Amino acid sequence: MLFPDLIRLTTSSFLAYRLRSFLTGLGIAIGITAVILLTSIGEGLHQFVLAEFNQFGTNLIAIQPGKTQTQGGNVGIFGSVRQLSIEDAQALRHLANVEYVNPSVTGNAEVRANGKTRRTTVFGAGHDLTKVMASNVQTGSFLPDDDPTQARALVVLGSKVRQELFFGQNPLGSYLSVGGQRYRVVGVMETKGQMLGFDLDDTVFIPAARALELFNRPGLMEIQLSYKPNADLDGVVRSITELLKERHGREDFTITPQEKALEVLGSVLDVITFAVGALGGISLLVGGVGILTIMTMAVTERTSEIGLLRALGARERQVLTLFLGEAMLLSALGGLAGLALGVGIAQALHLLFPALPVHTPWLFAVLAEFSAVTIGLVAGVAPARRAARLDPVEALHAE
Amino acid sequence: MIRLDKVSRSFMVGDQEVAALRGIDLNIAAGDYVSIMGPSGSGKSTLLNLIGLLDRPSSGTYKLDGGNVTDLNDEQQARVRSEKIGFVFQAFHLVPRLTAAMNIELPLILAGISVAERKARVAQLLENYGLTDRADHRPDQLSGGQRQRVAIARATSMHPAVLLADEPTGNLDQTTGKEVMNLLEQMVAQQVALIVVTHDPVIGGRATRQLHMVDGQITGETGRTI
Repeated sequence: MLFPDLIRLTTSSFLAYRLRSFLTGLGIAIGITAVILLTSIGEGLHQFVLAEFNQFGTNLIAIQPGKTQTQGGNVGIFGSVRQLSIEDAQALRHLANVEYVNPSVTGNAEVRANGKTRRTTVFGAGHDLTKVMASNVQTGSFLPDDDPTQARALVVLGSKVRQELFFGQNPLGSYLSVGGQRYRVVGVMETKGQMLGFDLDDTVFIPAARALELFNRPGLMEIQLSYKPNADLDGVVRSITELLKERHGREDFTITPQEKALEVLGSVLDVITFAVGALGGISLLVGGVGILTIMTMAVTERTSEIGLLRALGARERQVLTLFLGEAMLLSALGGLAGLALGVGIAQALHLLFPALPVHTPWLFAVLAEFSAVTIGLVAGVAPARRAARLDPVEALHAE
Repeated sequence: MIRLDKVSRSFMVGDQEVAALRGIDLNIAAGDYVSIMGPSGSGKSTLLNLIGLLDRPSSGTYKLDGGNVTDLNDEQQARVRSEKIGFVFQAFHLVPRLTAAMNIELPLILAGISVAERKARVAQLLENYGLTDRADHRPDQLSGGQRQRVAIARATSMHPAVLLADEPTGNLDQTTGKEVMNLLEQMVAQQVALIVVTHDPVIGGRATRQLHMVDGQITGETGRTI
């Protein structure tokens, strides 16, 4: 039997029982719709979260004071943690493959200008913050590359702070009081938006050394550094560890490369996507049972036709192929309808709720269709085998 | 052409063995026109199914076209059926959702014959049996006679050596029945062995060899003098 004939014959029985075929295909279609819809939302979420983190670039490493691991009991004075200092940050700048280093301290303080007061985030940073965090200055310039221990009292405004305190005027050169000290405004940042609820525009940036003083902290909260994109991450981490160990005498800091963090986050999100997809898969299974039912009925109804085919020279295999072909056609068409429906609903949801990220990778669509056809195949095996093994004489005389 | 040697066939009914055929010896040559008559339960249809390779004898040997076909497996049986045997049934056995043309094409499709060859053969058959203007009709749009003509066209599409007809006129009125018999008898002239199972003596009487069966045995053969 030639392949086009197989298609022609299976299509003919599909068309002969239109309503029944439609309903059976619908079972699969709903299953595929559920899978595609759920995984589209899962994958959209995945990409959304990753994009939130990636907006600062991916070749970042964060160093925090303290080692996140449990070691023995009380070690007295030796157990205390040496803070990360601005000098540590300065030293890291000289490492090979390290591009930019930023010492950072954050806190809250009251800022005042033009008679208006606002409580905002104060970000103690270095000259290279804009490069490390991939953010841009809109007007003026960022904090100058001063000697970090003797930093001048200069401030850069986040766009929202500028809006609130200097609405309609040029803030450059004006004075802003941060926690009671006078700072001269040298720049305004571009709008950056929120990152996981943290408003980067409602922030003022001052030199890290001054922020330490302002918040009365002994050391930095974090050092961020960016390494050259083509550098070996493990090598960079090793050289940082060596340098800081040398300076501190032991490893009392934690190095977190963003790439590693993203990998972990990515795999967690993958599991979530897979789990919701599997939930949709349950309804796909129900669709498979529908195909099994309908094919079992079809074999019973068409027993005499099977006998005829055998009399006309059909081999057992050909009868098997015909019925498997019907089951697979049902599930393949159902699957295609489900794909269209799933992607359609996902896009409609995205239009209705633009905040809901939606993404349907091609691979998911192909996999979904593939699993639909597989389910049809599996559901069709038992009825098709029954059809193939019917005794031709008995089948011919069945009514 | 067909040679049956001490062929028996028995079935298990419950735990009792029931013999449907007992030691049948039969020779049929190409171009023979044979009718098998007898009361129901005499084993006519079982014999026909055996000759048509839809069934296997319990004992004895069956030679078709010189080859022993007694113990073929399913695949080999199907090939022989496809190449050498044509069936015509009382109930026509057309596939209801396929057009007349496609019903005729079915054996050719199963045999994997090329599209061009199939088209030519189907067109020729439709013409031979006066069905050209009915080619795209489904069986339920055809009369009984037309349906049986489609079935005969289908049975002859693979140029079989043996044509087996099981009560071919059973569902037809007399006039149509005669027409159908004429069409079947045309095949005899083309050296096809025609075997008709019937319990209608008028139909059976048309054959050149008339076999009478009772209780699984051939009890007599009468010939028609031409």
